[in-house]
Formats: sequence, C-alpha cells, structure tokens
Amino acid sequence: MAIDQVNLDIQPGEFFAMLGPSGSGKTTCLRLIAGFEKPTFGSVHIFGERSDGVPPYRRNVNTVFQDYALFPHLSVLDNVAYGLMIAGEEKSTRSKAADEMLELVSLGGFGHRKPSQLSGGQRQRVALARALINKPKVLLLDEPLGALDLKLREEMQEELKLLQRRLGLTFVFVTHDQSEALSMADRVAVFNEGRVMQVDTPESIYKYPNSTFVANFVGASNIVPAEFVSALTGKACPASLRPEFIQIGYGDGYSATVADINFMGAARRVTVDLEECRLRVLLGVDQEAPRIGDQVKVSWAPENLHLMEQNSGNR
Amino acid sequence: MAIAKPTEATRVAKTGWLGRLSDQLWRSPRLLLVLLLLPPIAWLGIVYLGSLFALLIQSFFSIDEFSGLINYKFTLKTYGELFIPANFDIIVRTASMAAIVTLAAIAIAFPIAFFAARYAKGRWKAIFYLGVMLPLWSSYLVKVYAWKLILAKEGILNWGLETLHLSWLLDAWLSLSVIGGNSLSVSYTGTFLVFLYVWLPFMILPIQAALERVPGNYLEASSDLGARPMQTLRTIILPLALPGIIAGSIFTFSLTLGDYIIPQIIGSSRLFIGQAVYAHQGTAGNIPLAAAFSVVPVIIMGFYLWGAKRQGAFDAL
Repeated sequence: MAIDQVNLDIQPGEFFAMLGPSGSGKTTCLRLIAGFEKPTFGSVHIFGERSDGVPPYRRNVNTVFQDYALFPHLSVLDNVAYGLMIAGEEKSTRSKAADEMLELVSLGGFGHRKPSQLSGGQRQRVALARALINKPKVLLLDEPLGALDLKLREEMQEELKLLQRRLGLTFVFVTHDQSEALSMADRVAVFNEGRVMQVDTPESIYKYPNSTFVANFVGASNIVPAEFVSALTGKACPASLRPEFIQIGYGDGYSATVADINFMGAARRVTVDLEECRLRVLLGVDQEAPRIGDQVKVSWAPENLHLMEQNSGNR
Repeated sequence: MAIAKPTEATRVAKTGWLGRLSDQLWRSPRLLLVLLLLPPIAWLGIVYLGSLFALLIQSFFSIDEFSGLINYKFTLKTYGELFIPANFDIIVRTASMAAIVTLAAIAIAFPIAFFAARYAKGRWKAIFYLGVMLPLWSSYLVKVYAWKLILAKEGILNWGLETLHLSWLLDAWLSLSVIGGNSLSVSYTGTFLVFLYVWLPFMILPIQAALERVPGNYLEASSDLGARPMQTLRTIILPLALPGIIAGSIFTFSLTLGDYIIPQIIGSSRLFIGQAVYAHQGTAGNIPLAAAFSVVPVIIMGFYLWGAKRQGAFDAL
C-alpha cells in the first residue's frame, strides 16, 4: 500500500481516471486526496491549498466508496441528507435537497426505503447522491461500478459521464477495468507497483503506450521484442503492436503459423506464431477465419508499430 | 495421463445400514431437522420454560397467615403484598441498583470494547480477550470475598488512600446519605462497585461484537461527509452498537436484579429482590411471595425490552 514518486496534476472539471491492477497504489492515491491516509512524504494540494493535516471532514472533497458504505440504520433519504444533517441544516431543507438529489440520480420516491431494500445499482446511485449533496469541488470514486454486472455497469458509465458534464465537477475515478477508464475519462493515469507509469488522454495511452506494462495492461497489446524491432526499424527497443492493426493474408508479409483461434463475439482472436515472436490478431467476424495450423502471412502498416524507447515498465 | 471413466452412475454403498440411514435422512431433510431439534427443544420447553411456568402459577397462590400453609386458590393477593412499603422498597432498591450498575457498565465497557474492536490486532486482541474473560474463570464467590477485603476498613483501598493522604476524600464520600456508610464494604457504593466488576465482561463482549460488525468505511464515509469524530460517534457508531449495548444491558440488568450473594456479603443489610426470594422460599416458607418476587425481574425486563424495541434499538439488526 505504498506509493512512490507519484506526481499528478488533475485539472478542474476533469474526469480523471486512475487505472491499475490491484495493489498498484491507485486507491492509496485516492485515499490521500480524501484525507483517509496521511502522506509520509510529499503533499496533496486541493485547488491550490495544501491539505496536509486537514482531516477528511474539513476537505471539500467527497467519496463514493467501493462497496458504497451506506449507513444501514438510516433510510435512503437520511443517508443522502447525512452531509446536510451534519452541517446543521433544518430538517425540511435537507429533506427537500435530498429529494432533489434522489431525483437527479433517478431514484425519486425511494427515500423511505432502507439501503438493504435496494439493488446494487440503486445503492450505487444513493452513494453518488450522498456524496454530491455537499456540493464537493472534487468527487472521488473508488471502483464505484466494480460490484455491478456488465450491463448495469455500462449504463452507469454513461450516466456518470453525463452527470459529470452536467455538474462540471472534477471526478477522480479509480478502476482496474481498462475499458472503463478509456471510455469515461478525459485523462488516465496508469499505475503499477506504486508508481505512475503514464498520464495521458485515453487515445494517446492506447496508441502510444510508453512501456510494455502500459501496452499490456491497456488493451492487451502485442509486445514486439527488441531484437525483432531492431531488425525491422534499426532501433533496439520493444514496440507495441495493437492486435486490430495486424492483417492476416496469404500474400505479402511475415510467415506465421496459426496456433489458436478464440471466438469473442464481436471479433475473433487469432494467435499466430512468427519465427521471432507470438502475436495476437483481432479479426472481424465478417472476415474469413484461418484454421489452426494454417500457414499465413501477417502484415501491418509500419506507423502502427509503436516504439517504446524509454521503456520503464520492463522490470 | 488417462483418467479411468466411472462405469456406474451411482457409487455402491459399502457402509451397510448406517449408510442407508444417512441416505434416508438425506432424502427427508425435515425428518433430520426434527430429530436434531427434538432434544434441545424438549429441554428448553419442559425443563426451562416449564419450571418458569410452574413459578408463575405459584405466584398466583397465597399463604394462609395462621397455619402457614399454601392456599391453592387463584388470587392476586400475593402480588398485592409486593406493594406494601417494606416489599416495594426492596423492588425499588434492586431496580435502581440494576439501572445504575448498567449505566456505569455501559460507560466503562464502551471505550474498552471500542478499542478492542477497532484498534486491537493479533496479540493485543488476545490480551484483551484474556483480560475480559479471565475474571469469569475464577469462582464468583472468591471474587466477591476478595472485594470484601479490598473494600474493608482495613483493606488495601483504604491503605492506598491513606498513603496518598486522600482518606478525607473517602470519608467525605462515606458521609453521604444513602450511598455512604461505615466503610465501603457495608455501603451501597461497595455493592455497586462489586456488581460493576462482576458483570462488566457481560457488557464488554456484546458491545465489542456489535462494534466489530461496523465496517471501517462507515466511519470514513461519515468523516468524508463532514462529520467530526464526536458526530460520527453519535450518529453512526452508537446507533449501530445499540443492539450490543442492549444485549449487554440485559445481562447486567437482569443479573443484578436476580443476584442474592453480592448484597448479602457486601453492602448494608437491606434486602435486594434475590435475597427476598431466598428468605421467603427458605426460612419463611412463603413460596407464593417468593414466586411473586421472582416474577418482578421478568416483568421489568419485559418492559425494558419493549421500550428498547419501540425506541428502534433493534432496527440495525
């Protein structure tokens, strides 16, 4: 649970994702911003204010917890109104505000229920409403969609994104799901072993990963070994080659043997063995599929071979 | 490596009639449940509730004042006797003691339980359990007599206070009416201290169990939403620990209501309910009044639980 040399600058109004495998330090980073952890070295600034020594209850930052952490003894309405109750608002004022908040997350009329009477997706919305009612400057979301099933997760992704745009808030989002980070965030920080590997827009991260770790973790790229790259380009460094940028044919290209084929719904993943390395190729299902054991030619446009010259993830 | 394919769909039972019995029980789980539950339910129903019921019936009989024989006719006369001043004082005295002991136990047990549930890990947790349970393993009589020595005029507490030149503090306390007395061991304060000591584990453990079930992130969420630690304590921790507090207070309250040893050994010679029951069923031979006295704690506890439920103490369960 340690993080080291993490230097992040999150812009106001940004949807910022912290992506990484479990234990990579992304949640620790979020907890530092929320104030649940104290940094041994370094500091966190929130809108320019140094927040060391500021307890969580004085920070204008709110959190949506991974398992929502709804208070089981309070009704949904009282959960949402909790922040206002603590702030000493009148009962009528805070009930009205909580009702509006519940409308916002389309849970109007659910106020009298207990959290235990709600489904996972509804609890998620309650947690969101509760975190938003204090009008935080930054909303922190710790794997908020992790407990939801796929379909609901996709719906909530869209809703969160819309909500963020509508409210103009800064969202800092922790996830281990790379597709979630890519589809939602304005910028993504990829974490590994307590360090930030790369911070960039989803597209840049996907297209131009700076390390084998990022290339592998984001979208499962092919890592072309340095020797092969050296033979191809003259530069001795590993390169990332996205599976969907590779064509399989029988004309020009590098000779390869088909080792395996997996049907994935929207595409087929074909594993081919070149003399130098193994590559995975994504083929559209409309394309004719080779068979296991076939001799094929694989090719790609040279610009799609992204060299990772200052590779730092190869540890 | 080749794995041999099974040739039969069912494995042949090799265990004889025991195997057939377990097969049969597997097919009729209801029968199994009945067989398993019958002995404990019989115990609970006949021995436990049955005797309680017998007690209840006894309390509706009365005693003939001249012959001293029990008159087996349904009457509320015995209950009426509870309200004559001498008897009613006993009830008030016992209930007040039980209430004060319970409140003090909550005040002392809560921080200990909170520490154990939130902060103690590994070895500290073991030390906590040992510290709480160890007194329960030794004889209750030994502990009470030990306290008599501690609280006596020549006891270690007096000696300690004298050494610290604080005897005047104790004297001032003992000179108070009702709670004071000649020495701590013959005062209500002494009775209270020993009750508190003896029942404390029964308060700590349920509160600790309740606090153990409060996830840490509730406290983080509360803090995140702006609640200072005291506000978190009041709005989140206490309501969630309330079932544990109630459970603990049922123990301390009812144990104090029914105890007859402690007030007999330590305290003024005024009777508590337990002693009254003991006296009436023994030397006096007034079983109906003893039964009526022992129904009092049941009724008080019933009202207490009913009130607690109405206040929503069990909502978090």
